[in-house]
Amino acid sequence: MAWVEVHYNYLLVIILLMTGLWAMIGKNNLIKKCIGMCIFQNAIIMFYISMGAKKGATIPILKHVPGAHGHGPESYISDPTIYANPLTQILMLTAIVVGVATLGMALTLVQKIYREYGTCEEDEILNCMSEEQDHELPLQDELKA
Amino acid sequence: MKALSLLLALFVGFLLIGVLDDLPAWGDAKSPANSYVSAYYLKNSMEQTHVPNVVTAVLADYRGFDTMFETGVVFVAVIGIMAILRRDPKEEDSETGDRPPHAPPEGFILGVATRFIVPFMQMFALYVIAHGHHSPGGGFQGGVILGASLILMAMTGELESALDRMREKWFIVLVAGGFLLYAGVGLGCMFFGGNFLDYSALAPLLGGDPKAAAIMARYHGMLWVEIGVAFTVMSSMFAIFAYLSSDGRMDRGL
Amino acid sequence: MDQLPILIIVFPLFTAFALTLLGWFRPAVCQPLTVVGLLGSSLSAIATLAQVVNSGPISYHLGGWAPPFGIEYRVDALNAMVLMMVSSVALLVAVYARKPVQKELGGKISNFYTLFILLVTGLLGITITGDAFNLYVLLEIAALTSYALIALGRGRAYMATFNYVILGTVGACFYLLGVGFLLIKTGTLNMVDIGSIVPSLSGSRAILVAFAFLMMGCWLKMALFPFHGWLPNAYTNAPTAVSCLVAPLMTKVSVYVMLRIMFTMYSVDWVFSVITWKPLVMALAVIAILMGSCFALAQRNIKRMLTYLIVAEIGYMVGGAWLGNASGYIGASYHILADGLMTVCLFMVVGSIVYKRGRAHIEDFKGAFSTMPWTMGAFILGALSMIGVPPTCGFFSKWYLLSGAYQSGDYAFGVALLLSSLINAVLFIRIVETAFFSATSDEEPDPHSHQETCYADSPPSMLLPLWASALALLAMGLYSSEIVTRWIQPVIPGGLL
Repeated sequence: MAWVEVHYNYLLVIILLMTGLWAMIGKNNLIKKCIGMCIFQNAIIMFYISMGAKKGATIPILKHVPGAHGHGPESYISDPTIYANPLTQILMLTAIVVGVATLGMALTLVQKIYREYGTCEEDEILNCMSEEQDHELPLQDELKA
Repeated sequence: MKALSLLLALFVGFLLIGVLDDLPAWGDAKSPANSYVSAYYLKNSMEQTHVPNVVTAVLADYRGFDTMFETGVVFVAVIGIMAILRRDPKEEDSETGDRPPHAPPEGFILGVATRFIVPFMQMFALYVIAHGHHSPGGGFQGGVILGASLILMAMTGELESALDRMREKWFIVLVAGGFLLYAGVGLGCMFFGGNFLDYSALAPLLGGDPKAAAIMARYHGMLWVEIGVAFTVMSSMFAIFAYLSSDGRMDRGL
Repeated sequence: MDQLPILIIVFPLFTAFALTLLGWFRPAVCQPLTVVGLLGSSLSAIATLAQVVNSGPISYHLGGWAPPFGIEYRVDALNAMVLMMVSSVALLVAVYARKPVQKELGGKISNFYTLFILLVTGLLGITITGDAFNLYVLLEIAALTSYALIALGRGRAYMATFNYVILGTVGACFYLLGVGFLLIKTGTLNMVDIGSIVPSLSGSRAILVAFAFLMMGCWLKMALFPFHGWLPNAYTNAPTAVSCLVAPLMTKVSVYVMLRIMFTMYSVDWVFSVITWKPLVMALAVIAILMGSCFALAQRNIKRMLTYLIVAEIGYMVGGAWLGNASGYIGASYHILADGLMTVCLFMVVGSIVYKRGRAHIEDFKGAFSTMPWTMGAFILGALSMIGVPPTCGFFSKWYLLSGAYQSGDYAFGVALLLSSLINAVLFIRIVETAFFSATSDEEPDPHSHQETCYADSPPSMLLPLWASALALLAMGLYSSEIVTRWIQPVIPGGLL
């Protein structure tokens, strides 16, 4: 199982992805669906970040050459292998922000749904909605009356 | 439904596990993701932008357009939540569900502690924004800390006290204003003859040797856009909290 | 004018700022500002199309950095065509939306128009970008604005939107996962650059799985069977102006994204020779067409019927793209334009009926020919195009798709196309019959009651965009050969015969 040893980070990410996906679609409670969405998005974020890791590397802020105190390019070490990959981190900054925005929107909708139907369970809401539909009067009759 | 979603999750999971062999080992410094574009950024960002924090350099300069739209996402979230949730506080609550009872006002300990902590939080946030070029930080990070300071005030005290300091009209203007600052810098670059968000076009504003000025223009341009981002993120964090906790009425929170 | 590509985005973006800052204080200025912003964007898009057709693809470097180190805007004829369609349709809907928005969304006018124009900015950005991750960010802007806009419908719209949020997030995250796998294997995010590296990685399983996730993400966003569950509820319960905007545009832009992934990031060779998914995808397309058409038959709510027809039309486009020959590709790309126009025309008609009668069930169409002749005239043109009657554009797209199906031996797809034309004919003749023959003769319009307004035709601000789209359908059909030769044929991916 040598491939597990070098890839166990991806394995953990996959487990989280599966959990999040199952929760988003399979759970009945709307808040649990939102939690599943968070888990799913965070798993993808971890996937990208672990993609950019390098053994023994430090954060991608350029270090001074020992002894140099100037500010020009020559006084910084710019060997790519000692710094972690900045690109994946940046992409994930964006993804985190997008996740927060989507979560905010989802929670707003849950709040509105709760005010409208009095419950957060999807099956009860669908029951309410189909009862509503059976009692719907054609508008024409209301206008004529 | 649960069975179907379990099957779907397992299908996706096995699809992904099957591909693990093909991926480079964790921590491999020579993998394609770590060697092509990102290696270029690490090698050249100091020379081309004079910013040692490579994350900020790429975020605000090389991929600055992405960051502008990321700010846009935050802006859209606030406007969307406002559109859905906001309503007149005096409106009759005709929908189901009672509002939670009015929480008792802040205790003495929480009030004093907040009054001590919030100014330091905000100072630190401003430091994080301003020093983002040389240490971990930048617009998003600083903006979130600023937003957290406002939310702390709202949580330990009452929403009204925080809203007194940051009225709804102000935070809507700030949300739009921050994004406008970012896009405005980009448009300014166009007026000076460069492409959108090409900060080196702003070099004439700095004067001096054109090549050095172009590089320093990038350095300063990045700071301006980070400030714009900070404004937007601060206002939006607080706005989302205020709308959600007061159910759109903006009168009292949880 | 080398700044044209960015102007397409700059106009709506800055209008959004103006709307937020001014619109709150003066709601009356919102709609005119939106129209002005979209006018600027459409003119830039038309100018860009002219430039691309005359001198070849444009590459615009944002931030002054050359790709793949910076973000690139890459406009070729496919792009430019879709940009023009998106901005023009949005302009028409912005003009049309004045009265319905005032009626349905009175207190939220400035928020509506801000979200409206940001949605259009997002869609334009998705179409014009040449960077895979930039596409994700703009996809999310478009998605978030559409969630908020659809939720403005209140009532049933909240649950429909929540469903859409969950499934839309799954779609966007699948897309992101796909881009992640591509990044691991190629190290770059620029679409053309990825396209040049993928052929050397043909045997890689990660590239295959990346394609799977990218495709699943696109199919979720475009509501291809079996991922279509969110679309009917979301689009039916949205406010009138919102359905007129999202229905023609959002799914078509996702089809464009699929074409980009298939032919720019991957290649014809990879999609049709290295992997053998074509039978599966054609089967999905055929089921989508048949299922969409049959469900449409069962609906009494005409707006809901039209949303099922969207599902069927997506089947046409996906099937056309996956046929694997030039005819199919031409059919699919021509149909992006055609379907956008047809859908906006029909949704505007339904919106007019809802504006007048409150609802759009089939009974509400009674006597519509005598009371709303102009609206129904445009409806006839839209219906003819959906059925596929020459010289409207619907005929020509079906023609290309059918000849592509015949050429490649996918007879099931061809049969499904013909069956769906038949079912569309039945659907629309039913509506026309109700509108024409069941005249409401026993209801004399009383000049003193509000019912008077129910029996007059729509106001000019709604009729003009409606007729503009209907005439555009005709014009597209009459000029179809020019459109195909000058806009589509230059960009047929190499390798498609």
